[in-house]
Amino acid sequence: MSSVRPDSADVIIIGGGHNGLVCAATLARAGQSVLVLEAAEHVGGMAITRRFAEGFKVSAAAHLFNQMPLSLVRDLNLKHHGLAFAATDLPTIGLSPDEAPLRMGDLDALNVRSEADARAYAPFDRRMNRFGKLIHAILASTPPRLGTTLWEDKWALAKMALKLRLLGRKEMRELLRIIGMNAYDLFEDEFQTPVLKGVLGFDAIVGSNFGPRAPGTVLTYLYRRAAEVSADSSTFVQPIGGLGTVTQALARAAEAAGARIRTQAPVARILVENDHASGVLLESGETIVANTVISNVDAKTTFLNLLGTEHLDTGFVRRIDHFRSAGMTAKLHLALAKRPNFTGVKPEWLGGRLVLSPSLNELERAFNPTKYQSVSATPALEITIPTIHDSSLAPTGQHVLSSVVQYVPYSIKGGWQTHRAALTTQLIDLLDQHAPGLRDSVVAAELLTPEDLEKEFRVTGGHWHHGDLAFDQFYMVRPVPGATQYQTPLPGLYLCGASSHPGGGVMGLAGRHAAHRVMSKSP
Amino acid sequence: MSNPSLRQPDAIVIGAGHNGLVAACYLARAGVKVLVVERSDIVGGAAVSRKLYQDFTYSNCSYVCSLLRPEIMRTLELPRYGLQIIPYEGGCTMMRGGGHLALYDNHDALRREIARHSKRDAEAYDRYSRDVMRQCKFIKPLLMREPPDPTSFKPRDIQELLYLGQRLHGLGEERMYDTLRFWTMSAADFLDEYFESEIVKAHFAGTSIIGTALGPRSPGSAYVLLHHYMGDIDETVGAWGFARGGMGAITQALSQSLEASGGSIRVDSPVERILVKNGQAVGVALASGEEIQAKTVISNMDVKRTFLNTVDPEHLPSDFLTAVKRFKIRGSSGKLNIALDGLPTFPAIPKDSPTIRGDLHITDTVEMMERAYDDWKEGRWSQAPYVDMLIPSQIDPTMTPDGKHYMSVFVQYCPYELADGPWTDEKRQAFGNTVIDAIANQSPDFKSLILHTEIRTPWDIEREVGLTEGNIFQGELTMDQLLFNRPVPGYAQYATPIKNLYMSGSSTHPGGGVMGAPGANAARRVLRDLGIEAKA
Repeated sequence: MSSVRPDSADVIIIGGGHNGLVCAATLARAGQSVLVLEAAEHVGGMAITRRFAEGFKVSAAAHLFNQMPLSLVRDLNLKHHGLAFAATDLPTIGLSPDEAPLRMGDLDALNVRSEADARAYAPFDRRMNRFGKLIHAILASTPPRLGTTLWEDKWALAKMALKLRLLGRKEMRELLRIIGMNAYDLFEDEFQTPVLKGVLGFDAIVGSNFGPRAPGTVLTYLYRRAAEVSADSSTFVQPIGGLGTVTQALARAAEAAGARIRTQAPVARILVENDHASGVLLESGETIVANTVISNVDAKTTFLNLLGTEHLDTGFVRRIDHFRSAGMTAKLHLALAKRPNFTGVKPEWLGGRLVLSPSLNELERAFNPTKYQSVSATPALEITIPTIHDSSLAPTGQHVLSSVVQYVPYSIKGGWQTHRAALTTQLIDLLDQHAPGLRDSVVAAELLTPEDLEKEFRVTGGHWHHGDLAFDQFYMVRPVPGATQYQTPLPGLYLCGASSHPGGGVMGLAGRHAAHRVMSKSP
Repeated sequence: MSNPSLRQPDAIVIGAGHNGLVAACYLARAGVKVLVVERSDIVGGAAVSRKLYQDFTYSNCSYVCSLLRPEIMRTLELPRYGLQIIPYEGGCTMMRGGGHLALYDNHDALRREIARHSKRDAEAYDRYSRDVMRQCKFIKPLLMREPPDPTSFKPRDIQELLYLGQRLHGLGEERMYDTLRFWTMSAADFLDEYFESEIVKAHFAGTSIIGTALGPRSPGSAYVLLHHYMGDIDETVGAWGFARGGMGAITQALSQSLEASGGSIRVDSPVERILVKNGQAVGVALASGEEIQAKTVISNMDVKRTFLNTVDPEHLPSDFLTAVKRFKIRGSSGKLNIALDGLPTFPAIPKDSPTIRGDLHITDTVEMMERAYDDWKEGRWSQAPYVDMLIPSQIDPTMTPDGKHYMSVFVQYCPYELADGPWTDEKRQAFGNTVIDAIANQSPDFKSLILHTEIRTPWDIEREVGLTEGNIFQGELTMDQLLFNRPVPGYAQYATPIKNLYMSGSSTHPGGGVMGAPGANAARRVLRDLGIEAKA
């Protein structure tokens, strides 16, 4: 026994990702003593900015900021704590080898390609926003539990039914029809222009494990729209200094409210006393006691590694085992000696979001090989060149290209050791086809496969959302029955990360809902 | 068959498929004068037996019976009119590289067989059967009900919604979540929660893709798997059987039941148009030019054929028309009917094993089936297809001459349109050869026994039976096309925007399979509107 009194807090939060920090700030402002334990050197989780080559910095996982509700940004006073935007309203540009680049929402340009599409676009967009707002009500609340006698659960269900009714008969029917559909059919029914459908399809599947033909991808599309509705940004935002600025601001907000943050403090175990969470054991051997432990870590790690199956019944363990958490999204970072020149992309578009997803069929083809642990020759890309708006990220005159790569499977036949370099080259070649000369300007390249993301960010499967967003892992059943509503089978242990409703994206809602849950359960 | 008193029927049913006949039977029993008009020269639609080669009887399209609702069989007295269902004794799933899973209807025997592949899977099988059974029990009562319209405030709809809610609630919290997940997850993920052996998973995944344009890894395919478990013979969930005399025996029994109740059928009478006056259906015009008046018209054709080909669009709201155009009816299955000179041998199946009398599948992994689906998406027939064979002449020797056999081969996937253009005789033959080669790989003497082969692509099935794209369910069984969404949101209760025009086919709830539920539900709806009490 050490003679030093162990460190303690009312609440320990394991993991200093954005949800953990939102949760910490919210609880600390409510007067709780909060301690955040982060394994890495810096807080931020998958929303960080870091060096990837001498003189070049990049938002290492998430690279755009478009989902955190404005109310959260305001409540936590993030602008006061250093959050500032390098650019807002970033346009989305669809790239294709077969068509000229298309700026999404540019109806005149669309009209040239298809008058029918130009006519259909605005009503479609309005309808999706309407549905997005409704889905947002779901994201913005703690999911009810089914089959309980609690009035709050019944009220939540009734409220949802009412909101649905208030859409009006026609719109309600349409929502009930499309919500379970696949994105492929929805967009094929509405539009003709291949690249337009390709980009819409990309938004439906990015970060997920499904092709556009998979039922449920309209849900993921609307999920994205919903998050954007509350962030009040149907377009995209790039924070100054990258996504790390967001989590730095969150950390300051939490600390300003009295929370403590310890980095380089990896947790080895969640401690249990009398069937109640009682604190944590750090890898260093140090014990920290607390009444409440909140895990921002993914569900598999939380239950299988940190808590241990001896505290859980077998049915629950089986469910956690089957929580689908293999990532399908990689990240490519390029240090470029000069500004790339994408064919047909106007200079004012270059700082936008360039989406290479030429058509829905191409997108489905990019998905196909991943089912068999292989990767397509032409994955879909979401490219940003953050240095257009923020020169602090690279040496003067040089640039950073940051691209989301969809689809890249977590496991590949033969292992990533043998494939990573080849895929990096392949991706650079693919980019070079759209930006001639880019290949020769590459100073350094980094490819983070889901396996790398897993290692770097300690997220099982390297999945952006900790686990697939699909009906069977969504809302009332996320991550699994028995661990919904941010609670777990172990009293005193809560979840606040992307494994919980409403899932990932730099949104912060899981963290906020969890904090409210914990407060409502505190005596 | 024509009955002079029915020159002026009360109701006309278009299409003598099994659902049309079921609807007609219920109406006739309630005293409605009903006339069924059928385009083809025989009744039956996709449930027919035909002699297409010498004295061989082919179950031309559908080939197996399990989904037919027992209450319909009882009420319409089908056994009395000659219908006899003979349960399967088992089956066998064969892998391409050798190796097989024999299927016994005896639970313990099947468990022992699964244990041969994986002890863990044998343990899991009990859990699997129990969970699937539980889902079936939940869904079964919904099959014979009208889906409620969730946007409606009518007492009937609210009552039905409450019924649904109560049934769900009655499952208890845990089971409710299981149900929510089951309806939305993929068959592959669902099976992964139970089994580890590839062949066991592949075997059970088979029913998740039959007739559907989804792969076993597509979310929603677990429901299709369940849909195929829904039938019951002798109250055993998931059991399958033969109709003696082929599938046509079912529709033959239905026609006899219909005629016994005073209904009548006219074959060779294709309907050209549904007559509409002042927004009301008033009868049909046949291709021959003859017009038949009736106060009620029930279309047993699929929803696209009904509204895009047979009704003048000016009578339909544009939203409805758009929805009908967007309804997904995708051809994804092919069929081979083969006359054999003798019983082929399958080395995987021991001599004298009863399993050869059941369903014989060729598949070995979920991956193989998913790759077959990838082929379909690209407009090719599957290079390594999922094959489901049946040799009913072993059980019902009347189907073939002495010592000869008839084999029904169902193939998933086969596209309606090929990427390289329309079907031709050469391509059809090449498709057939792909399938025959796959079978020959399992049965060395198979090719030498072939006397005659009929190869049918979705395109052929559409042309012959009149099912759009040759889709055997008259519409995909995906969430956006089930329950109150089927076939068109707002029109899921068998009525249509045209007064007195109804739908009774598999495009309506609860969908396809030789189940008869859509027909029975449609009849109940019509009778309610007519103010007539249905006779149980």
